Parts: sequence; structure tokens; C-alpha cells
Amino acid sequence: MDGQGRIFTEIDPDRMREYFRQKPKKMVNKVTTVKEAVRALINDGDYIAIGGFGGVRIPTAVLHEIVRQGKRNLGFSGHTATHDCQILAAGKCFNRCDIAYVIGLEARGIPKMTRKYFESGEVECTEWTNAAMTWRLKAAAMGVSFIPVRDMLGTDTAIYSGAKEITCPFTGKKYLAVPALFPDVAIIHVHEADIYGNSDIKGILVSDVELARATKRVIITCERLVPTESFRNDPKKTTIPYYLVDCVIEVPYGSYPGNMPYEYYSDEEHLAEWLQAEEDPETYRLFLEKYIYGTKNFEEYLELCGGLAKMQKLRRLEFLINREGGN
Amino acid sequence: MDYNPMELMICVASRYLEDGATVSVGTGIPCAAAMLAQRLHSPNLIILFEAGGIAPLLPTMPISVGDSRTMYKAIYTASMGEVMESLQRGMIDYCFLGGAQIDMYGNLNSTMIGSDYRHPKVRFPGSGGANDFGSLAWRTIVVTPQSPRRFVPKVDFITTPGYLDGPGARERAGLPPGTGPYKVITNLAILGYDRETKRMMVESVHPGYTLEDVQQNTGFELIVEEYTTTPPPTEEELQVLREEVDPLKLVIGREAK
Repeated sequence: MDGQGRIFTEIDPDRMREYFRQKPKKMVNKVTTVKEAVRALINDGDYIAIGGFGGVRIPTAVLHEIVRQGKRNLGFSGHTATHDCQILAAGKCFNRCDIAYVIGLEARGIPKMTRKYFESGEVECTEWTNAAMTWRLKAAAMGVSFIPVRDMLGTDTAIYSGAKEITCPFTGKKYLAVPALFPDVAIIHVHEADIYGNSDIKGILVSDVELARATKRVIITCERLVPTESFRNDPKKTTIPYYLVDCVIEVPYGSYPGNMPYEYYSDEEHLAEWLQAEEDPETYRLFLEKYIYGTKNFEEYLELCGGLAKMQKLRRLEFLINREGGN
Repeated sequence: MDYNPMELMICVASRYLEDGATVSVGTGIPCAAAMLAQRLHSPNLIILFEAGGIAPLLPTMPISVGDSRTMYKAIYTASMGEVMESLQRGMIDYCFLGGAQIDMYGNLNSTMIGSDYRHPKVRFPGSGGANDFGSLAWRTIVVTPQSPRRFVPKVDFITTPGYLDGPGARERAGLPPGTGPYKVITNLAILGYDRETKRMMVESVHPGYTLEDVQQNTGFELIVEEYTTTPPPTEEELQVLREEVDPLKLVIGREAK
């Protein structure tokens, strides 16, 4: 069985070795702005992957800026993509997509215009699964061109994937070989980073450690910049080391309206408003005009959505703090 | 005792999760069932979320399988790779799945409606982790409301493997032996699978419904041999479900459709 789906990215590990050999590894200040990072590091046609889990620990500021700068013909890693997918679909920024999970917002529902975009034929799709995508990144992180896996066998998911059936040379068992995934750009939101790119993610890592290792250019946004001593004194904190990272941007509340574990919960009211806006093309146009195209930057978006008072409310929600008493 | 179909499905599902087992869950009914089992009879149930949360003490219902509730007082905040590799290694006993369509062999579709993949009539989110769990968990439990639209003779797209096209098909495809569909819990009945044909069969019908109701809401012929009446939710199950598991009625307040 050979999957019919197209493989959108480079899989030759020797070409990638050359790339990673050339990648600058000096410990230099990499702090920049959202605008500059998107302008300088994301080109039309690049294949991009977003860290976090769709509506949890996502780099919203960069996603909005990709839409505002009108990036086009991107490849998109639809790996646990929910609100991040919704934002990029709003700008019609991508034209090809590796799908493990797209369009839906988990328990919240399915946004109509995002779904239409995928049904329109404008996006070339290849099917995968969550495990397959995380293992594709793992293969890339290992510096090999594929990895054997035991899921997808016998299904249409495999037929429309880019996987190929192989036989284990030791046991004779059937496997699917899934190709390595080396994205051009990864954008990952973290809790803390220093100016060189050392990053600390608290709580679940999803696929971000593999992603940072597998990707050519890594953009980090962080809730807070911290001194390098914070990592030097406790190296276990380093989830992503600086030599994988190309730039760092401090974006407080940067995962809003998504959840940032141990910081603030998701803004379900705003996400519901967005979902509702997608029911009608004109409402949707006005919604995007108000929140994305009509705002200069992420700070303006936060203000529009309720500013500091809203952030405090989401912070209390995260920690299950009830001001009225009780627990 | 008064209860709604959501409450019934959650209570029934929770009874399958024995103490010390490992279960991977999503949001909604599966999560509620696991939380109920943990509070009633399986304090050592290990709940895993595919985004990486392992063995949390869930304070409230999560909205996302990766949100902070899934890591609340967890034993381990791992990665998706860690959860999926545990699964492939054989460490996950149960998984809960759903889908837009299911057929008599328990194959599930959560990818698309239509006959041409490149031009879907309706596009759904895709596998997510469903194919992974359906391929590799020891026992797959599907919890879903029942209708002829959902229970179809042939799914438009096999996103997640059930018994594929019958006995031996999973093994021939290369899926690990001993895995696969286990139960289907609906608003009308508990369905299992015939040992020989691997086709869906009636195990018990919920109180207030008849075998005819179950068959009429299924788009293929169910195997019927001996069957019983599902024991209704107990007072204790309902009390813990309503007061501790889902006091805000995020799941039990929804319509089963």
C-alpha cells in the first residue's frame, strides 16, 4: 500500500544536515518584534507549523500578523489545529495542509467559513493522524527520513496519507513508514524565554520539543523574558535550547483567546463570538475587520477584547479562584 | 428514577472502567464517564489525554483535551509522543471514540461525507487521535446517539479501523492482534460484536425501549441472540454525576443527538 497523498516538504536528511550545519548557533540577542519576525522569517510558500494544541498555548500575535501581512500559499501543518487553523483560514493564508485535525474547535463546534475553505478545493490535503504527525516530527528530529508506525493500517486515512507499507527486516511484521516532517518555520508560544531563545514550557509539551528540533526556523513568543541565569541555574527548565531558535518576542497574554496553562484560561465568550460570526459572510467580514485587519497589533486586539480586566478574569478562572468565597 | 439519555450513556460507559485500568478520553461524555468511574469504583483509574496530560485529578470538565484542566494535579505532564508511544507499546486498555458514521464492523468516519475525497460534500476535522486509539488501544468503546444516519451499512471514509471488512482483517492489515472494537453505547442500547462474524450485536436494550426501536435506528441488520435490559443508572451514580462530575451541566445538559 502506497498512500496517494502528496508529501509537501523536504525529506532528504542529508540536505537537512547541510541546513542544520549552516544554521547560526552563536548565543546572540534574538529579541525582535512580531511584525519584523513575520516579515523576515516567513515567506510566501513556506511550510509552517504552530506549537501548542490548537486553542492552548498558541502564538496568537504572530498568527494575526501573518494574516495582516497577507502571507500566501503557505503549507500548513494541521496537527491539532483548532483556533490557529481558524485564524490562518480567515486570511486564506495556506493552500496545502497535512491534516490530523483541522477546522473543528473540539467541544465548541465547527466554524462554517473555515469548513468552507477546506471544502472549496483551494486547499490540497493529505491525511494523517495525531500520532503520525508527532512521529513525523520525531523522525525529522532524529535526522532520518522516515519512521515505522503501527497505526493507520487498513484504513482510508492511510490511503490518502503519504505513508508507505513496509516489512520489518527482523520480525516480518507490517508497518507504515511515515516520512519525516521538516517544516520551514515553527512558531511556538512558551511561558518564559531569555533573549537568546532558551525556552521553558510549563505543563504538557504536545509536540513542541520534536517540532523545535525538526524545523529550519523557529520563532518563539513568550509570556515573559527572563534572565539567562534562570536557565543556567536550573538547566532542567530548558525545554527548547537557544541554538534551535531564530528569534524571540515577548508577548504577554500571547496565547489569548486560547488557554495558557498556569497563567490564564481560554476566553470562551470571544471564541463563541468568532464561531457565531462565521455563520454569515458579512458578519464574518466585519468581525475580521474589527479584530484583525483593523488592529495595528496584538496589544490593540487585547484592548478591544476587554484589556487587563478581562485578563484578570481569565487568570482567576485558570486558578479556579472564586471571589465570592468558597474554593 | 428520572434521568436523561446523556446521563444514561455516561453511567453505562463508566461501569466498564475497572480500577487500575488505563483509559484515554476526549472531552464530553468520555471524560464524564472516566471521572464518574474514578469517583465511584475505580480510584486508581489512569486517565490519559492525547495532548500529554496523564493521571490528573480533574477539577471540572475540560473544554479541550489539552487545556489546563487535563493537567490539574496530574502525575505527569508529558507530550503527545509519550501518550501515543505508550499506546503503541500496549499500555492503554480502553479508549472512547465517536464519529459521524459507524458501520456494522465498528469502522468510524470522522473525515468526510461524499464519494470523492478531493470534493467532499461535508468535510469533518479528520482523525485527530481517533485512528491511533482505534488501531492500538486494547479495547475501543464508542459512545454515540443512535440513528440510521449515523449507523450506516458502509461508511463513506474509514478514518478509524473497526474490524474493517470482517474476521481477520485487522490482523491481515498489520494491526496488533487482540485490539479493536469492544462496545457501542448508545441512547437506546449496549451493542457488542459477534465473536465469529465480528458484526455488531445487541447485548442489552435500555429501559423504556424495545429491540424494534434499536433495529429501526440502525441502517444495517444487527445480530440478535440473547439480550438483556440495561440496568438503569443508580441513585448513587446520578448523584455523583450531577453534583461532582458535571455540576454546571456542560455535558449532561446537552441534547443527545
